[in-house]
Amino acid sequence: MPLLEVENVSMRFGGIVALDAVSFDAAAGEIVGLIGPNGAGKTTAFNVITRLYTPDEGDVRFDGESLFGTSPSGVIRRGIARTFQNVELFSGMSVIDNVRVGGHLRQGDQSADDVLFYMNLHSVRDRPVSDLPYGTQKRVELARALASGPQFLLLDEPAGGLSHEEVEQLGVFIRRMRDDFELTILLVEHHMGLVMGIADRVHVLDFGKRIAEGTPAEVQANTSVIEAYLGVPT
Amino acid sequence: MRARLWPELSAFAAVAVVVALLPRFVSDFRARELAIVGMYFIALLGLSILTGFNGQISLGHGAFMAIGGYTTAILSVDGFFGHQLRDLWTIPIAGLVAGIAGLVVGIPALRLSGLYLALITFGIAVSFPQLPKEFDHFFGGTTGKILDLAKPPFGLGTTTNNWIYYLTWGIALVLLVAAWLLVRGKTGRAFKAIRDSEVAAVSAGISLPRYKTLAFGISAFYAGVAGSLYAIANAYVNPDVFPIILSVYLVVGLAVGGLDSLFGMIAGAALIYFLQNHADTVARWINHLPALSLDPKQPGIPSVVFGIVLIVVMVLLPTGAGGLVRKLFGLLTSRLYTRS
Ligand SMILES: Nc1ncnc2c1ncn2[C@@H]1O[C@H](COP(=O)(O)OP(=O)(O)O)[C@@H](O)[C@H]1O
Ligand SMILES: [Mg+2]
Repeated sequence: MPLLEVENVSMRFGGIVALDAVSFDAAAGEIVGLIGPNGAGKTTAFNVITRLYTPDEGDVRFDGESLFGTSPSGVIRRGIARTFQNVELFSGMSVIDNVRVGGHLRQGDQSADDVLFYMNLHSVRDRPVSDLPYGTQKRVELARALASGPQFLLLDEPAGGLSHEEVEQLGVFIRRMRDDFELTILLVEHHMGLVMGIADRVHVLDFGKRIAEGTPAEVQANTSVIEAYLGVPT
Repeated sequence: MRARLWPELSAFAAVAVVVALLPRFVSDFRARELAIVGMYFIALLGLSILTGFNGQISLGHGAFMAIGGYTTAILSVDGFFGHQLRDLWTIPIAGLVAGIAGLVVGIPALRLSGLYLALITFGIAVSFPQLPKEFDHFFGGTTGKILDLAKPPFGLGTTTNNWIYYLTWGIALVLLVAAWLLVRGKTGRAFKAIRDSEVAAVSAGISLPRYKTLAFGISAFYAGVAGSLYAIANAYVNPDVFPIILSVYLVVGLAVGGLDSLFGMIAGAALIYFLQNHADTVARWINHLPALSLDPKQPGIPSVVFGIVLIVVMVLLPTGAGGLVRKLFGLLTSRLYTRS
């Protein structure tokens, strides 16, 4: 049984159909890519899974149990943590305090320091996050998500705004993280090199519909995907 | 982290020493003035927790002060089931009653933000003074309630004004420490997280309803204590003792103090007192500027002066007094770091 099952989810904003009966899943231990052109509904899917949005139709099950009985702030208790497309850090707080908030529901703050070491952020521990370069901020956000001790991690365009070098490191890092913490990762990413390099499986969204699913190689060979997405310069 | 602790600890020690010694160097009347500043300071600490640390705006904190003031007046004049309470014991009760009112206001506030929250809370500030007029049997109507003059506890050889000074600042220092511990702890982190990003806070497991109402409750508790002390110092309450404009003054004091700077609130409180009571002096200073002539005696001048000072302060010092101190301190410490 997959760890996460998104089933027939539809989400409308006024006239816009952001998700149109979308289904996909992720099995425990997988890195699953979720790709598609801008406006395809990827972030909306994340917001539905993390309960920030309640969809018009459909269900999302985690570990076999619907998430709709869980409050938005209770989602992390189920072991689901996320990062945001446009870094959502607590800008008035230090790096360590940001990470401590990630561990809000955990006891003690030893784990926050451990996460900083793991993420190689200890040298900026007490700096205000707003002082840090964008790439470092993204790492702080990832550290904050890890501090909750999650089972499932949703990453919304983690490579966005990073340099070429940083993206390569990120790819290696995401895999290592998955192995070290036995995570399941759902990865939204525009950077095709990254997704195709590390994902076990890829789902493709276009205009709110899932148009393809498969291994990176299968998806890259799929003509409708090429039309919808790969032809569009990113 | 330890490096960040000592400036605040030494600032607190300095404030405590000044507070303890000041009455020796000023007249009895000045001590009373300083006591009132202490009351504004307490109210501003509460407002800072709400707005500075949790990002919720309130233009109605004068009403929570009024609730505290009326609680003290009613309990010490009419008593509780005929049993009158000594003014001192009404202070925590006044804080609690106002705090509960704050929790109640905090619930609808959950659905509102920014401008709407400002409007709703201002609505509370505007309508609250009508309450004593409407239920005049309970609240004493427009005449209000006259309290016994505050007396120093038996055996304390000090004047009433000095007693009120020490009482107020004693409580203020305790509440300052409490606020400081709060904002550095887990709850304070949750408050700040909500202020900086609600979605990220929720995704980290922070319940918005719980923490936003809690911030309102704590904040109103502070205002209630301040209002209680104000009633004790004044020895009477009526709707004019807590005018609508008080809520606005508090927000101005908060901005001048620097939103999330607990120590900065002392500056904000002093400004509120000064502008409220010495606006004519400020008007005379302003008249020294070319092409300006304000009649210091005219009604409305205090508000005009208040507005002018606010604009000037906000343009020159957008982060308030607290921000200024932090900036100066930052310059100092970065010098030290680069040297070593
Ligand atoms: N909160 C919202 N209100 C209105 N429209 C929204 C909202 N969130 C997303 N949308 C719309 O839904 C569509 C999908 O957006 P999004 O999920 O952000 O796409 P992606 O992340 O794939 O680029 C877009 O047309 C976007 O404008
Ligand atoms: Mg997106």
